[in-house]
Amino acid sequence: MLEIVVKLALVAAAFALLPLLVGQAEHKVMAHMQGRLGPMYAGGFHGWAQLVADGVKFAQKEDVIPQAADRWVFKLAPGVALVPYLLVLIVVPVGPDGQVVLDLGVGLFFALAVMGVGVIGAIMAGWASANKYSLLGGMRVAAQLMSYELPMVFAASSVAMAAGTLSLSGIAEEWRWYWLPWQAVGAVVFFVAGLAELRRPPFDMPVADSEIIFGPYTEYGGLRFALFLLAEYAGIVVLCALTTVLFLGGWKGPFLDTELGWLWTLLKVFVLAFLVIWLRVSYPRMREDQLQKLAWAYLVPLSLAQLALTGVLKVAFA
Amino acid sequence: MGRVGRLPGSGLAKGLAVTLRTMTRRSITRQYPEVQPDLAPRSRGVIALLEENCTVCMLCARECPDWCIYIDSHKETLPAEGGGRARTRNVLDRFAIDFALCMYCGICIEACPFDALFWSPEFEYAEYDINELTHEKDRLREWMWTVPPPQAHDPGAEPPKEVAAAEKAATRPKRTPGEPRTPGEPRTPGGPRTPGGST
Repeated sequence: MLEIVVKLALVAAAFALLPLLVGQAEHKVMAHMQGRLGPMYAGGFHGWAQLVADGVKFAQKEDVIPQAADRWVFKLAPGVALVPYLLVLIVVPVGPDGQVVLDLGVGLFFALAVMGVGVIGAIMAGWASANKYSLLGGMRVAAQLMSYELPMVFAASSVAMAAGTLSLSGIAEEWRWYWLPWQAVGAVVFFVAGLAELRRPPFDMPVADSEIIFGPYTEYGGLRFALFLLAEYAGIVVLCALTTVLFLGGWKGPFLDTELGWLWTLLKVFVLAFLVIWLRVSYPRMREDQLQKLAWAYLVPLSLAQLALTGVLKVAFA
Repeated sequence: MGRVGRLPGSGLAKGLAVTLRTMTRRSITRQYPEVQPDLAPRSRGVIALLEENCTVCMLCARECPDWCIYIDSHKETLPAEGGGRARTRNVLDRFAIDFALCMYCGICIEACPFDALFWSPEFEYAEYDINELTHEKDRLREWMWTVPPPQAHDPGAEPPKEVAAAEKAATRPKRTPGEPRTPGEPRTPGGPRTPGGST
Protein backbone atom coordinates (compact mmCIF):
# COMPACT_ATOMS: atom_id res chain seq x y z
CA MET A 1 0.00 0.00 0.00
CA LEU A 2 2.73 2.41 1.02
CA GLU A 3 4.64 1.44 -2.10
CA ILE A 4 1.71 2.43 -4.28
CA VAL A 5 1.34 5.77 -2.51
CA VAL A 6 5.06 6.53 -2.92
CA LYS A 7 4.94 5.57 -6.59
CA LEU A 8 1.85 7.71 -7.19
CA ALA A 9 3.56 10.63 -5.47
CA LEU A 10 6.62 10.13 -7.69
CA VAL A 11 4.47 10.06 -10.82
CA ALA A 12 2.64 13.20 -9.71
CA ALA A 13 5.97 14.91 -9.08
CA ALA A 14 7.27 13.82 -12.49
CA PHE A 15 4.04 15.03 -14.08
CA ALA A 16 4.45 18.42 -12.44
CA LEU A 17 8.16 18.75 -13.13
CA LEU A 18 8.98 17.13 -16.47
CA PRO A 19 6.63 19.25 -18.63
CA LEU A 20 8.09 22.38 -17.05
CA LEU A 21 11.61 21.16 -17.79
CA VAL A 22 10.64 20.47 -21.39
CA GLY A 23 8.96 23.87 -21.62
CA GLN A 24 12.02 25.66 -20.27
CA ALA A 25 14.25 23.63 -22.59
CA GLU A 26 12.03 24.70 -25.47
CA HIS A 27 12.40 28.38 -24.51
CA LYS A 28 16.17 28.15 -24.37
CA VAL A 29 16.83 25.73 -27.24
CA MET A 30 14.52 27.59 -29.58
CA ALA A 31 16.14 30.89 -28.64
CA HIS A 32 19.67 29.66 -29.24
CA MET A 33 18.68 27.97 -32.50
CA GLN A 34 17.49 31.41 -33.62
CA GLY A 35 20.61 33.20 -32.39
CA ARG A 36 18.83 34.65 -29.33
CA LEU A 37 19.31 34.13 -25.61
CA GLY A 38 15.75 33.43 -24.50
CA PRO A 39 14.54 34.23 -20.97
CA MET A 40 17.40 35.68 -18.90
CA TYR A 41 15.82 37.42 -15.90
CA ALA A 42 13.23 35.30 -14.05
CA GLY A 43 14.90 33.52 -11.14
CA GLY A 44 18.24 35.23 -11.66
CA PHE A 45 20.29 32.54 -13.37
CA HIS A 46 19.55 32.38 -17.10
CA GLY A 47 15.82 32.73 -16.50
CA TRP A 48 15.40 29.28 -14.96
CA ALA A 49 12.15 30.32 -13.26
CA GLN A 50 10.50 31.73 -16.38
CA LEU A 51 7.73 29.12 -16.45
CA VAL A 52 7.05 29.63 -12.73
CA ALA A 53 6.66 33.34 -13.44
CA ASP A 54 4.37 32.52 -16.37
CA GLY A 55 2.28 30.30 -14.10
CA VAL A 56 1.92 33.09 -11.53
CA LYS A 57 0.89 35.47 -14.30
CA PHE A 58 -1.69 33.05 -15.70
CA ALA A 59 -3.15 32.46 -12.23
CA GLN A 60 -3.73 36.18 -11.75
CA LYS A 61 -5.69 36.62 -14.94
CA GLU A 62 -9.42 37.00 -15.21
CA ASP A 63 -11.39 33.85 -15.92
CA VAL A 64 -13.39 34.78 -19.02
CA ILE A 65 -16.11 32.55 -20.44
CA PRO A 66 -17.83 33.79 -23.61
CA GLN A 67 -21.54 34.42 -23.19
CA ALA A 68 -22.58 32.10 -25.98
CA ALA A 69 -20.19 29.35 -24.90
CA ASP A 70 -21.33 25.95 -23.76
CA ARG A 71 -20.25 26.66 -20.19
CA TRP A 72 -19.77 23.18 -18.81
CA VAL A 73 -17.97 21.78 -21.82
CA PHE A 74 -15.89 24.94 -22.09
CA LYS A 75 -14.80 24.67 -18.46
CA LEU A 76 -14.19 20.95 -18.60
CA ALA A 77 -12.09 20.91 -21.78
CA PRO A 78 -8.68 21.87 -20.29
CA GLY A 79 -9.01 19.10 -17.72
CA VAL A 80 -9.95 16.57 -20.38
CA ALA A 81 -6.89 17.63 -22.33
CA LEU A 82 -4.49 17.33 -19.40
CA VAL A 83 -5.57 14.40 -17.21
CA PRO A 84 -5.19 11.58 -19.80
CA TYR A 85 -1.45 12.23 -20.02
CA LEU A 86 -1.17 11.82 -16.26
CA LEU A 87 -3.00 8.50 -16.58
CA VAL A 88 -0.62 7.31 -19.30
CA LEU A 89 2.39 8.06 -17.09
CA ILE A 90 1.00 5.57 -14.55
CA VAL A 91 1.58 2.62 -16.88
CA VAL A 92 4.96 3.75 -18.26
CA PRO A 93 7.76 1.68 -16.74
CA VAL A 94 11.00 3.46 -15.81
CA GLY A 95 12.93 0.35 -14.78
CA PRO A 96 12.77 -3.44 -14.65
CA ASP A 97 11.07 -5.56 -11.98
CA GLY A 98 8.01 -3.51 -11.26
CA GLN A 99 9.45 0.01 -11.37
CA VAL A 100 6.07 1.14 -12.63
CA VAL A 101 2.95 2.23 -10.77
CA LEU A 102 0.63 -0.12 -12.56
CA ASP A 103 2.00 -3.00 -14.65
CA LEU A 104 -1.04 -3.38 -16.85
CA GLY A 105 -1.22 -6.48 -19.06
CA VAL A 106 -2.72 -4.39 -21.84
CA GLY A 107 -0.56 -1.37 -21.07
CA LEU A 108 0.12 -0.45 -24.70
CA PHE A 109 -3.56 -0.58 -25.56
CA PHE A 110 -4.39 1.50 -22.49
CA ALA A 111 -1.72 4.09 -23.24
CA LEU A 112 -2.78 4.62 -26.86
CA ALA A 113 -6.49 4.72 -26.02
CA VAL A 114 -6.01 7.26 -23.21
CA MET A 115 -3.67 9.41 -25.29
CA GLY A 116 -6.46 9.61 -27.86
CA VAL A 117 -8.78 10.94 -25.16
CA GLY A 118 -6.42 13.86 -24.61
CA VAL A 119 -7.23 15.07 -28.12
CA ILE A 120 -10.93 15.09 -27.23
CA GLY A 121 -10.16 18.02 -24.90
CA ALA A 122 -9.11 20.17 -27.84
CA ILE A 123 -12.17 19.13 -29.86
CA MET A 124 -14.42 19.98 -26.90
CA ALA A 125 -12.75 23.36 -26.57
CA GLY A 126 -13.26 24.05 -30.26
CA TRP A 127 -16.91 23.08 -30.15
CA ALA A 128 -17.84 24.82 -26.91
CA SER A 129 -16.18 28.19 -27.55
CA ALA A 130 -18.97 29.53 -29.80
CA ASN A 131 -16.34 30.93 -32.13
CA LYS A 132 -15.99 30.05 -35.78
CA TYR A 133 -12.21 29.94 -35.62
CA SER A 134 -12.33 27.66 -32.62
CA LEU A 135 -14.77 25.42 -34.43
CA LEU A 136 -12.54 25.25 -37.52
CA GLY A 137 -9.59 24.45 -35.29
CA GLY A 138 -11.57 21.79 -33.48
CA MET A 139 -12.54 20.16 -36.77
CA ARG A 140 -8.92 20.19 -37.87
CA VAL A 141 -7.95 18.55 -34.59
CA ALA A 142 -10.56 15.86 -35.21
CA ALA A 143 -9.39 15.28 -38.77
CA GLN A 144 -5.80 15.06 -37.58
CA LEU A 145 -6.72 12.55 -34.88
CA MET A 146 -8.52 10.39 -37.43
CA SER A 147 -5.58 10.35 -39.84
CA TYR A 148 -2.69 9.91 -37.47
CA GLU A 149 -4.15 7.51 -34.93
CA LEU A 150 -4.08 4.78 -37.57
CA PRO A 151 -0.35 4.75 -38.44
CA MET A 152 0.46 5.26 -34.77
CA VAL A 153 -1.49 2.18 -33.76
CA PHE A 154 -0.01 0.16 -36.64
CA ALA A 155 3.53 1.12 -35.63
CA ALA A 156 2.84 0.31 -32.00
CA SER A 157 1.26 -3.02 -32.85
CA SER A 158 4.34 -3.90 -34.86
CA VAL A 159 6.38 -3.67 -31.66
CA ALA A 160 3.75 -5.57 -29.72
CA MET A 161 3.94 -8.30 -32.32
CA ALA A 162 7.73 -8.42 -32.12
CA ALA A 163 7.64 -8.66 -28.34
CA GLY A 164 4.64 -10.95 -28.19
CA THR A 165 3.03 -8.92 -25.42
CA LEU A 166 0.96 -5.78 -24.92
CA SER A 167 2.50 -5.01 -21.53
CA LEU A 168 4.84 -2.02 -21.73
CA SER A 169 7.24 -3.58 -19.22
CA GLY A 170 7.11 -6.81 -21.21
CA ILE A 171 7.93 -5.02 -24.47
CA ALA A 172 10.90 -3.21 -22.95
CA GLU A 173 12.05 -6.49 -21.38
CA GLU A 174 11.98 -8.24 -24.76
CA TRP A 175 13.81 -5.41 -26.51
CA ARG A 176 17.17 -6.25 -28.10
CA TRP A 177 19.60 -3.96 -29.87
CA TYR A 178 18.72 -5.37 -33.31
CA TRP A 179 15.22 -3.99 -32.88
CA LEU A 180 16.67 -0.59 -33.72
CA PRO A 181 17.18 -1.38 -37.44
CA TRP A 182 14.32 -3.89 -37.45
CA GLN A 183 11.72 -1.44 -36.08
CA ALA A 184 13.30 1.76 -37.41
CA VAL A 185 10.50 2.59 -39.83
CA GLY A 186 7.92 1.89 -37.14
CA ALA A 187 9.76 4.14 -34.70
CA VAL A 188 9.82 7.04 -37.16
CA VAL A 189 6.17 6.56 -38.05
CA PHE A 190 5.15 6.33 -34.38
CA PHE A 191 7.11 9.45 -33.44
CA VAL A 192 5.89 11.53 -36.37
CA ALA A 193 2.29 10.43 -35.90
CA GLY A 194 2.60 11.18 -32.18
CA LEU A 195 3.86 14.67 -32.96
CA ALA A 196 0.90 15.20 -35.25
CA GLU A 197 -1.48 14.00 -32.56
CA LEU A 198 0.05 16.48 -30.12
CA ARG A 199 -0.41 19.18 -32.79
CA ARG A 200 3.21 20.21 -32.44
CA PRO A 201 4.80 22.22 -35.24
CA PRO A 202 5.17 21.38 -38.11
CA PHE A 203 1.80 19.70 -37.57
CA ASP A 204 0.12 22.62 -35.78
CA MET A 205 -2.48 23.28 -38.44
CA PRO A 206 -5.31 23.29 -35.85
CA VAL A 207 -3.78 26.28 -34.04
CA ALA A 208 -2.45 27.99 -37.18
CA ASP A 209 -2.32 31.47 -35.70
CA SER A 210 -1.99 33.25 -39.02
CA GLU A 211 -5.31 31.96 -40.28
CA ILE A 212 -7.53 30.84 -37.38
CA ILE A 213 -6.09 32.91 -34.50
CA PHE A 214 -5.34 30.10 -32.07
CA GLY A 215 -7.78 27.41 -33.14
CA PRO A 216 -9.60 25.70 -30.30
CA TYR A 217 -7.80 27.80 -27.67
CA THR A 218 -8.82 31.18 -29.09
CA GLU A 219 -11.35 31.96 -26.34
CA TYR A 220 -9.25 30.66 -23.48
CA GLY A 221 -7.22 32.77 -21.11
CA GLY A 222 -5.64 32.62 -17.70
CA LEU A 223 -5.41 29.35 -15.87
CA ARG A 224 -7.44 27.35 -18.38
CA PHE A 225 -5.12 28.38 -21.18
CA ALA A 226 -2.16 27.48 -18.97
CA LEU A 227 -3.66 24.01 -18.55
CA PHE A 228 -3.79 23.59 -22.32
CA LEU A 229 -0.16 24.67 -22.58
CA LEU A 230 0.77 22.26 -19.80
CA ALA A 231 -1.13 19.51 -21.62
CA GLU A 232 0.98 20.14 -24.71
CA TYR A 233 4.23 19.72 -22.78
CA ALA A 234 2.88 16.77 -20.80
CA GLY A 235 1.97 15.28 -24.18
CA ILE A 236 5.56 15.68 -25.33
CA VAL A 237 6.80 13.91 -22.21
CA VAL A 238 4.30 11.07 -22.67
CA LEU A 239 5.04 10.65 -26.37
CA CYS A 240 8.79 10.60 -25.73
CA ALA A 241 8.35 8.15 -22.85
CA LEU A 242 6.23 5.82 -25.00
CA THR A 243 8.69 6.00 -27.89
CA THR A 244 11.50 5.24 -25.45
CA VAL A 245 9.76 2.22 -23.98
CA LEU A 246 8.53 0.83 -27.28
CA PHE A 247 11.40 1.49 -29.66
CA LEU A 248 14.50 2.45 -27.72
CA GLY A 249 14.57 -0.24 -25.07
CA GLY A 250 13.25 1.79 -22.16
CA TRP A 251 15.54 1.36 -19.17
CA LYS A 252 18.20 -0.59 -21.04
CA GLY A 253 21.48 1.29 -20.93
CA PRO A 254 25.17 0.46 -21.18
CA PHE A 255 25.38 -0.71 -17.54
CA LEU A 256 23.46 -1.10 -14.25
CA ASP A 257 20.06 -1.48 -15.89
CA THR A 258 18.33 -2.37 -12.62
CA GLU A 259 19.75 0.40 -10.48
CA LEU A 260 20.05 3.19 -13.05
CA GLY A 261 17.18 2.17 -15.32
CA TRP A 262 15.22 5.30 -14.46
CA LEU A 263 18.20 7.41 -15.46
CA TRP A 264 18.52 5.78 -18.88
CA THR A 265 14.77 6.20 -19.40
CA LEU A 266 14.92 9.87 -18.46
CA LEU A 267 17.96 10.40 -20.65
CA LYS A 268 16.26 8.92 -23.68
CA VAL A 269 13.09 10.91 -22.97
CA PHE A 270 15.06 14.15 -22.87
CA VAL A 271 16.95 13.36 -26.07
CA LEU A 272 13.62 12.73 -27.80
CA ALA A 273 12.14 15.90 -26.28
CA PHE A 274 15.10 17.82 -27.70
CA LEU A 275 14.30 16.27 -31.08
CA VAL A 276 10.70 17.46 -30.75
CA ILE A 277 11.86 21.01 -30.09
CA TRP A 278 14.47 20.82 -32.83
CA LEU A 279 11.87 19.77 -35.39
CA ARG A 280 9.62 22.58 -34.25
CA VAL A 281 12.29 25.20 -34.78
CA SER A 282 13.46 23.85 -38.13
CA TYR A 283 10.31 23.28 -40.13
CA PRO A 284 7.47 25.54 -41.19
CA ARG A 285 3.85 24.57 -40.61
CA MET A 286 2.35 22.13 -43.09
CA ARG A 287 -0.80 22.97 -45.01
CA GLU A 288 -3.93 21.01 -44.12
CA ASP A 289 -3.88 18.96 -47.35
CA GLN A 290 -0.14 18.24 -47.02
CA LEU A 291 -0.82 17.11 -43.49
CA GLN A 292 -3.49 14.66 -44.58
CA LYS A 293 -1.38 13.48 -47.50
CA LEU A 294 1.58 12.72 -45.25
CA ALA A 295 -0.61 10.52 -43.07
CA TRP A 296 -2.54 8.61 -45.71
CA ALA A 297 -0.03 8.47 -48.57
CA TYR A 298 3.17 7.88 -46.61
CA LEU A 299 2.74 6.97 -42.94
CA VAL A 300 -0.04 4.41 -43.31
CA PRO A 301 1.68 2.43 -46.11
CA LEU A 302 5.01 2.66 -44.27
CA SER A 303 3.51 1.38 -41.04
CA LEU A 304 1.78 -1.43 -42.91
CA ALA A 305 5.11 -2.36 -44.52
CA GLN A 306 6.70 -2.35 -41.08
CA LEU A 307 3.93 -4.60 -39.82
CA ALA A 308 4.56 -7.02 -42.67
CA LEU A 309 8.32 -6.95 -42.09
CA THR A 310 7.85 -7.65 -38.39
CA GLY A 311 5.46 -10.51 -39.11
CA VAL A 312 7.69 -12.14 -41.72
CA LEU A 313 10.84 -11.98 -39.59
CA LYS A 314 8.95 -13.11 -36.50
CA VAL A 315 7.66 -16.19 -38.30
CA ALA A 316 10.96 -16.86 -40.05
CA PHE A 317 13.06 -16.84 -36.88
CA ALA A 318 10.53 -18.09 -34.35
CA MET B 1 9.83 13.64 -57.54
CA GLY B 2 13.18 14.97 -56.45
CA ARG B 3 15.90 16.07 -58.80
CA VAL B 4 18.50 13.56 -59.94
CA GLY B 5 21.57 13.37 -57.72
CA ARG B 6 19.79 14.51 -54.56
CA LEU B 7 18.71 12.17 -51.85
CA PRO B 8 15.07 12.51 -50.86
CA GLY B 9 14.86 14.31 -47.56
CA SER B 10 18.23 16.01 -47.96
CA GLY B 11 16.44 19.35 -47.71
CA LEU B 12 14.92 18.31 -44.40
CA ALA B 13 18.36 17.32 -43.11
CA LYS B 14 19.80 20.63 -44.28
CA GLY B 15 17.14 22.50 -42.32
CA LEU B 16 17.99 20.59 -39.17
CA ALA B 17 21.69 21.25 -39.73
CA VAL B 18 21.12 25.00 -40.00
CA THR B 19 19.30 25.24 -36.68
CA LEU B 20 21.80 22.98 -34.93
CA ARG B 21 24.72 24.99 -36.24
CA THR B 22 23.10 28.22 -35.10
CA MET B 23 22.60 26.74 -31.63
CA THR B 24 26.29 25.97 -31.23
CA ARG B 25 27.30 29.52 -32.09
CA ARG B 26 27.24 32.48 -29.74
CA SER B 27 23.93 34.25 -29.87
CA ILE B 28 23.98 37.79 -31.22
CA THR B 29 21.74 39.22 -28.49
CA ARG B 30 23.25 42.20 -26.63
CA GLN B 31 22.44 42.38 -22.93
CA TYR B 32 22.17 46.17 -23.16
CA PRO B 33 21.26 47.53 -19.74
CA GLU B 34 23.65 45.10 -18.03
CA VAL B 35 26.40 45.29 -20.63
CA GLN B 36 27.19 48.63 -22.25
CA PRO B 37 27.27 48.48 -26.04
CA ASP B 38 30.57 48.77 -27.90
CA LEU B 39 29.94 51.95 -29.82
CA ALA B 40 31.81 52.79 -32.95
CA PRO B 41 34.44 55.53 -32.68
CA ARG B 42 32.99 58.96 -33.40
CA SER B 43 29.51 57.77 -32.36
CA ARG B 44 26.95 60.57 -32.46
CA GLY B 45 25.25 60.28 -29.10
CA VAL B 46 24.81 63.83 -27.87
CA ILE B 47 26.36 67.24 -28.50
CA ALA B 48 28.51 68.52 -25.65
CA LEU B 49 29.43 72.14 -25.07
CA LEU B 50 32.78 73.34 -23.79
CA GLU B 51 31.37 76.56 -22.42
CA GLU B 52 34.79 78.13 -21.76
CA ASN B 53 35.56 78.11 -25.48
CA CYS B 54 32.28 79.66 -26.60
CA THR B 55 32.49 83.25 -27.79
CA VAL B 56 28.79 83.62 -28.62
CA CYS B 57 29.60 84.06 -32.29
CA MET B 58 26.20 82.47 -33.07
CA LEU B 59 27.61 80.55 -36.04
CA CYS B 60 26.28 77.24 -34.76
CA ALA B 61 22.78 78.60 -34.21
CA ARG B 62 22.79 80.15 -37.66
CA GLU B 63 24.06 77.04 -39.44
CA CYS B 64 21.70 74.69 -37.63
CA PRO B 65 19.24 73.37 -40.29
CA ASP B 66 16.37 72.92 -37.85
CA TRP B 67 17.15 75.81 -35.53
CA CYS B 68 17.38 73.80 -32.39
CA ILE B 69 20.13 75.84 -30.71
CA TYR B 70 19.07 78.67 -28.43
CA ILE B 71 21.66 81.23 -27.39
CA ASP B 72 21.25 84.27 -25.13
CA SER B 73 24.09 86.58 -24.18
CA HIS B 74 24.93 90.06 -23.04
CA LYS B 75 27.89 92.33 -23.52
CA GLU B 76 30.18 93.07 -20.64
CA THR B 77 32.54 96.03 -20.58
CA LEU B 78 35.89 95.35 -19.01
CA PRO B 79 37.49 98.38 -17.30
CA ALA B 80 40.42 99.83 -19.16
CA GLU B 81 43.78 98.42 -18.19
CA GLY B 82 46.77 100.74 -18.24
CA GLY B 83 46.47 103.22 -21.07
CA GLY B 84 44.15 101.19 -23.31
CA ARG B 85 40.51 101.72 -23.95
CA ALA B 86 37.74 99.75 -22.30
CA ARG B 87 37.06 96.44 -23.99
CA THR B 88 33.78 94.61 -24.35
CA ARG B 89 33.28 90.91 -24.47
CA ASN B 90 30.33 88.60 -24.88
CA VAL B 91 29.07 86.65 -21.90
CA LEU B 92 27.03 83.52 -22.52
CA ASP B 93 23.74 83.53 -20.59
CA ARG B 94 21.97 80.62 -22.15
CA PHE B 95 23.05 77.88 -24.50
CA ALA B 96 20.45 75.18 -25.04
CA ILE B 97 19.98 72.45 -27.63
CA ASP B 98 16.52 71.02 -28.21
CA PHE B 99 17.28 67.34 -28.85
CA ALA B 100 13.66 66.80 -29.83
CA LEU B 101 14.42 68.88 -32.93
CA CYS B 102 18.09 68.06 -33.41
CA MET B 103 18.71 65.69 -36.31
CA TYR B 104 22.28 64.89 -35.28
CA CYS B 105 23.76 66.23 -38.52
CA GLY B 106 26.73 67.69 -36.65
CA ILE B 107 26.86 70.85 -38.73
CA CYS B 108 27.10 73.00 -35.57
CA ILE B 109 30.18 71.05 -34.51
CA GLU B 110 31.74 71.54 -37.94
CA ALA B 111 30.81 75.22 -37.94
CA CYS B 112 32.18 76.09 -34.51
CA PRO B 113 35.48 77.96 -35.10
CA PHE B 114 36.52 77.84 -31.43
CA ASP B 115 36.22 74.10 -30.64
CA ALA B 116 33.37 74.60 -28.23
CA LEU B 117 31.09 71.83 -29.52
CA PHE B 118 31.92 68.11 -29.55
CA TRP B 119 30.27 64.79 -30.22
CA SER B 120 29.85 62.61 -27.17
CA PRO B 121 28.87 58.93 -27.47
CA GLU B 122 26.54 59.31 -24.45
CA PHE B 123 23.03 58.29 -25.57
CA GLU B 124 21.05 57.56 -22.41
CA TYR B 125 19.11 60.80 -22.02
CA ALA B 126 15.58 59.73 -22.88
CA GLU B 127 12.81 61.68 -21.15
CA TYR B 128 9.11 61.15 -20.53
CA ASP B 129 8.19 64.59 -21.83
CA ILE B 130 9.31 66.02 -25.15
CA ASN B 131 9.87 69.43 -23.52
CA GLU B 132 12.47 67.97 -21.20
CA LEU B 133 14.66 67.14 -24.19
CA THR B 134 15.81 70.77 -24.34
CA HIS B 135 19.07 70.65 -22.44
CA GLU B 136 20.71 73.76 -20.99
CA LYS B 137 24.38 74.66 -20.96
CA ASP B 138 25.18 73.12 -17.58
CA ARG B 139 23.94 69.73 -18.75
CA LEU B 140 25.75 70.17 -22.07
CA ARG B 141 28.92 71.07 -20.15
CA GLU B 142 28.58 67.90 -18.05
CA TRP B 143 28.56 65.85 -21.24
CA MET B 144 32.00 67.26 -22.07
CA TRP B 145 33.45 64.77 -19.59
CA THR B 146 32.19 61.91 -21.74
CA VAL B 147 33.83 63.15 -24.95
CA PRO B 148 36.52 60.67 -25.92
CA PRO B 149 39.95 61.74 -27.17
CA PRO B 150 40.16 61.93 -30.95
CA GLN B 151 40.55 58.62 -32.66
CA ALA B 152 44.09 57.64 -33.58
CA HIS B 153 44.98 57.89 -37.24
CA ASP B 154 45.30 54.78 -39.32
CA PRO B 155 48.85 53.55 -39.66
CA GLY B 156 50.24 55.03 -42.86
CA ALA B 157 47.69 57.80 -43.02
CA GLU B 158 48.64 61.36 -43.88
CA PRO B 159 49.72 63.34 -40.83
CA PRO B 160 47.15 65.79 -39.46
CA LYS B 161 47.00 69.18 -41.10
CA GLU B 162 48.34 70.95 -38.01
CA VAL B 163 51.33 68.66 -37.80
CA ALA B 164 52.08 68.98 -41.50
CA ALA B 165 51.92 72.78 -41.31
CA ALA B 166 54.15 72.85 -38.25
CA GLU B 167 56.68 70.57 -39.89
CA LYS B 168 56.74 72.70 -42.96
CA ALA B 169 57.44 75.71 -40.80
CA ALA B 170 60.16 73.83 -38.96
CA THR B 171 61.98 72.90 -42.18
CA ARG B 172 62.07 76.51 -43.40
CA PRO B 173 65.77 77.48 -43.68
CA LYS B 174 65.58 80.92 -42.00
CA ARG B 175 65.37 80.51 -38.25
CA THR B 176 66.17 82.57 -35.22
CA PRO B 177 69.28 81.38 -33.36
CA GLY B 178 68.72 79.23 -30.31
CA GLU B 179 66.03 77.22 -32.04
CA PRO B 180 65.99 73.86 -30.31
CA ARG B 181 65.28 71.80 -33.38
CA THR B 182 67.69 71.75 -36.29
CA PRO B 183 66.17 72.38 -39.68
CA GLY B 184 65.64 69.40 -41.92
CA GLU B 185 65.43 66.99 -39.05
CA PRO B 186 64.31 63.70 -40.53
CA ARG B 187 60.81 62.70 -39.67
CA THR B 188 59.04 59.44 -40.18
CA PRO B 189 55.93 60.25 -42.16
CA GLY B 190 52.64 59.05 -40.83
CA GLY B 191 51.87 57.53 -37.50
CA PRO B 192 49.52 59.00 -34.93
CA ARG B 193 50.84 62.20 -33.54
CA THR B 194 49.31 64.69 -31.18
CA PRO B 195 49.19 68.22 -32.45
CA GLY B 196 50.62 69.57 -29.18
CA GLY B 197 53.88 67.67 -29.41
CA SER B 198 55.21 69.01 -32.71
CA THR B 199 55.17 72.79 -32.46
